[in-house]
Amino acid sequence: MANQISDETMEYVGILAKLELSGEEKEAAKADMEKMLDYIDTLNELDTSAVEPMSHVFPVCNVFREDVVTNGDNKEQTLANAPLRKEDSFEVPKTIG
Amino acid sequence: MAKQYETVIGLEVHVELATRTKIFCGCSTAFGAAPNTHTCPVCTGMPGSLPVLNRQVVEYAMAIGLATNCRITRVCKFDRKNYFYPDNPQNYQISQLYLPIARDGYVEIEAGDTKKKVRIHEMHMEEDAGKLIHDEWDDTSLVDYNRSGVPLVEIVSEPDMRSAEEVIAYLEKLRQIIQYLGASDCKLQEGSMRADVNLSVREAGSSQFGTRTEMKNLNSFKAISHAIEGERERQIELLEEGKAVIQETRRWDDNKESSYAMRSKEDAQDYRYFPEPDLVPIVISDEWIEAVKSRQPELRAEKLERYKKEFDIPRYDAEIITESKSMADLFEAATSICKKPKKVSNWLMVETMRLMKEHGMEPEDLKFSPENLAKLINLADAGVVNSSVAKEVFEKVFSEDVDPEQYVEEHGLKTVHDEGALKAVLEQVIADNPQAVSDYRGGKEKALGALVGQTMKAMKGKANPGMVNQMLREMLG
Amino acid sequence: MDLLHLTAIELGRKIKTREVSVTEAVKAVLEQAKEMEPEINSYVTLDEAGALMQAEAVQKRIDSGELTGPLAGVPAAVKDNMCIEGKLTTCSSKILSNFHPAFTAEAVKNLQKAGAVIVGKTNMDEFAMGSTTETSYYGPTKNPHNLMHVPGGSSGGSCAAVAAQECWYALGSDTGGSIRQPSSFCGVVGLKPTYGTVSRYGLIAYGSSLDQIGPVARDVSDCAAVLEAIASHDEKDSTSIQRKDYDFTSALARDVKGMKIGIPRDYMREGLNPEVADAVWKAARVLEEQGAVIEEFDLSLVKYAIPAYYVIASAEASSNLERFDGVKYGYRAADYEGLHNMYKKTRSEGFGAEVKRRIMLGSFVLSSGYYDAYYLKALCVKALIKQAFDRAFESYDLILGPAAPTTAPELGKSLQDPLKMYLGDIYTISVNLAGLPGMSVPIGRDRKGLPVGMQLIGNSFQEKTLIRAAYTYECATEKQFEVSADVRAGAGMAAGQAGDCGRACRQTGDPGDSAFQAKSEMPDVQAKSGREA
Repeated sequence: MANQISDETMEYVGILAKLELSGEEKEAAKADMEKMLDYIDTLNELDTSAVEPMSHVFPVCNVFREDVVTNGDNKEQTLANAPLRKEDSFEVPKTIG
Repeated sequence: MAKQYETVIGLEVHVELATRTKIFCGCSTAFGAAPNTHTCPVCTGMPGSLPVLNRQVVEYAMAIGLATNCRITRVCKFDRKNYFYPDNPQNYQISQLYLPIARDGYVEIEAGDTKKKVRIHEMHMEEDAGKLIHDEWDDTSLVDYNRSGVPLVEIVSEPDMRSAEEVIAYLEKLRQIIQYLGASDCKLQEGSMRADVNLSVREAGSSQFGTRTEMKNLNSFKAISHAIEGERERQIELLEEGKAVIQETRRWDDNKESSYAMRSKEDAQDYRYFPEPDLVPIVISDEWIEAVKSRQPELRAEKLERYKKEFDIPRYDAEIITESKSMADLFEAATSICKKPKKVSNWLMVETMRLMKEHGMEPEDLKFSPENLAKLINLADAGVVNSSVAKEVFEKVFSEDVDPEQYVEEHGLKTVHDEGALKAVLEQVIADNPQAVSDYRGGKEKALGALVGQTMKAMKGKANPGMVNQMLREMLG
Repeated sequence: MDLLHLTAIELGRKIKTREVSVTEAVKAVLEQAKEMEPEINSYVTLDEAGALMQAEAVQKRIDSGELTGPLAGVPAAVKDNMCIEGKLTTCSSKILSNFHPAFTAEAVKNLQKAGAVIVGKTNMDEFAMGSTTETSYYGPTKNPHNLMHVPGGSSGGSCAAVAAQECWYALGSDTGGSIRQPSSFCGVVGLKPTYGTVSRYGLIAYGSSLDQIGPVARDVSDCAAVLEAIASHDEKDSTSIQRKDYDFTSALARDVKGMKIGIPRDYMREGLNPEVADAVWKAARVLEEQGAVIEEFDLSLVKYAIPAYYVIASAEASSNLERFDGVKYGYRAADYEGLHNMYKKTRSEGFGAEVKRRIMLGSFVLSSGYYDAYYLKALCVKALIKQAFDRAFESYDLILGPAAPTTAPELGKSLQDPLKMYLGDIYTISVNLAGLPGMSVPIGRDRKGLPVGMQLIGNSFQEKTLIRAAYTYECATEKQFEVSADVRAGAGMAAGQAGDCGRACRQTGDPGDSAFQAKSEMPDVQAKSGREA
């Protein structure tokens, strides 16, 4: 079954991913995504009812750190790569709310 | 005939945990640091950084879950909640959606005449975001990541509440429990406890839920009450006009006492939750639960009993004092210094409560130290100051935590006990108030009170009224 | 003395005996790199000044007796998706073209502890998304064996650098085959360890549940030594595993008697280049002659690995790459109106086409309504694939097959048909899904002289089995296929077509610019001539 991705879907996904594709890019991405999704649909040939979704390959659990302060004043390192800095904060276009 | 409407309210409460460090890194959570000083690659989303879970966060979350009668989820995981916002350094928040740490609990509340259970749907751990400050000059926003990564427990209730009173009672109960556990200081004003209100209305008797809205930015109990009243009215008005309530998030402005929709088409609210691959599952054993239970500090009910036995104060007083852990801690600390539980209790219940009400303060906001309260009590007991002076001094202790001994010295407030000095003043007062004197001698007891009053005025309050009264009687025969 | 032909361990020994100084070794490799780089473009950043400074410091530590390990003083390169404090780290992307991390990746720190001298950061597919190193913002890397062909990807720079003797060994990263495939295309030895063996702290994430850092080296002994140096349990990485064994070099023994080796029938079917197939069968025979027992078997589920992988990897990547938003570090668009527009412009301008494609796919499969059908389904398939391998390892000690269905394709031929390109990962991808260790070993050349590699797959934590088998093969064949590239010969073959190459490498979506032009605008490219800040 051929997957059809609508323009609305591409726009919606663009909002989620904060990406704005040019007309040409968008057509190419759409075509590729449709092909990819067709390919991904082959997974439905497999019966996965007897198996749980596996996030982690190994049964490692309960990895913790203790509640002890180990970091000091890292302000300069944190701000070192700031594209726009005002005093000791990152500056961004105005946010609402 | 006017329709009757029922308000249906559910709450999402975020509580900042009282850990020393953040949830996924070893940065300090201490309040008030200069911007971006308590940061590291992990809590600022630097490329290549990875989270490691703070064990204390899990234990506090378990403790809160157990104290609110929840079922602890034996295998729980973290999930990523993806959305773009500058206070969110990775543009995803590590939270729990699919397997939250606790579920299906309840708290019992009393609001007016109603006693009921408010059910808790689920409770989960997550990380806090940084802070955004609007820069007026450049009309931009400034981001500070000190708060990013501070551990939160979010408590989601069922829509079991029906009024602002019930909501306040629920919040007070939660606060009490969590404070008693030591898991958070729950200060609404400071933001260590935040409540988002989900509200809908429906015709009384209906079993269908109406469309609900979510309200944010509620920074005090007063704001919460106003917001609830306001939103109820707004929704009823819409329905009466035949319009629909739109499901949306609204931001409450307490100054304007109104809310406005925080809508943006750039915000799809599709969070694309998926299990956090950088963290491993948490498996909670019976032993661990027992260990957390056993380490639980004295909760309210036990404290109540102990106060009655150990300090022999009336039940009513004990209830008021233990209502808030901060108050109870203050009581115990002051009592251990001056050893006068009944006096401490009295000062807390009368003067302290009065001033708190006047200033709209909660017990967590109290700034004065137990040492200074104890000192004041001792001064009053020793007669160094009389009771009205003591009240005056207390107001200073309350607002500025002054050392009462120093304050009394500096302002010369000691009660004059020197009979000789007093006698001189009394003679003057008697000479200046012949009418009152003759009235008293004529049998009017009240006139004596007037003379005592005049004396206290002349003494600028620094006399013992009882002593003045006694001396006047002797002198007037 | 010709140092460049030595292996890392051989060089390490000469340094230890004071026959060679660290500075000499560094100078030799820097000279080679300067000569090769205009042809090959393995490096994004060649840190001449830094390397010479490190050389002096390391020499002191060797002289004082502090550094005694086999790799002390040996110059190495690191793929440009691993953070090094204060050094430009770009992931071969415009969006990080000015980024200097405040910390060093744990694996690199381990190398520094062992006395490595890091001479530079190698080129890669942008954010490790690709199989040819053609999606790099800094232009493609060429295969040193034939400059008209790709080196593979995404660790193309690391593999080419080792093949062209521009370093003695390098670190790569592998999410779906990104160490093993380019290693086979470049004729070098590459290993992806069991998931959790090498710390991911400081590795700029692509597919978090699949990524591992691993060595790229001239031979199996070097590979084992590097693995031993970088593997560790790291408390800063929650997925890092505390292993019982880190002594990988103890497996360097010529002995495969009785080793049961399975060759999946599904791997050796149509779609596999006959020359590659031939080389694999030959290699199998060599191991058989050495005493291994070779058998064909059905692995099953092979074809489902790719779609499952792309769902999982792109989903995780779409989330991992959300942090690149122009707020805290990296590129920010010059013109924008408002916050969301800044995000969109920054990301659309800063990312290349392949990255944007995968982010879109990843966001889509996680979006509301599709999560169960795609993401959860893929995780279930992942579980099935792991089970299939578990079953296979009940009967076999090792699985053997090709590393890739072909030898290195020509430049400019792969990006137009992404799906076909993805299919090239067919042998390597399931190994990442199952978290298993995999190793690529050179086993021959095709008619054009392009290297062919075989892939050895082990059960979890069985790197030693891989190393033993690979070492045995190496000894039995007297390392005849582990020959460094003769770049000049490769360049000679390319002579008539150098011009075409430039056009073919243009990144799609980059308005007007050719990738080469973009690179020359970047101030940090000058770092390659030694002026690293």
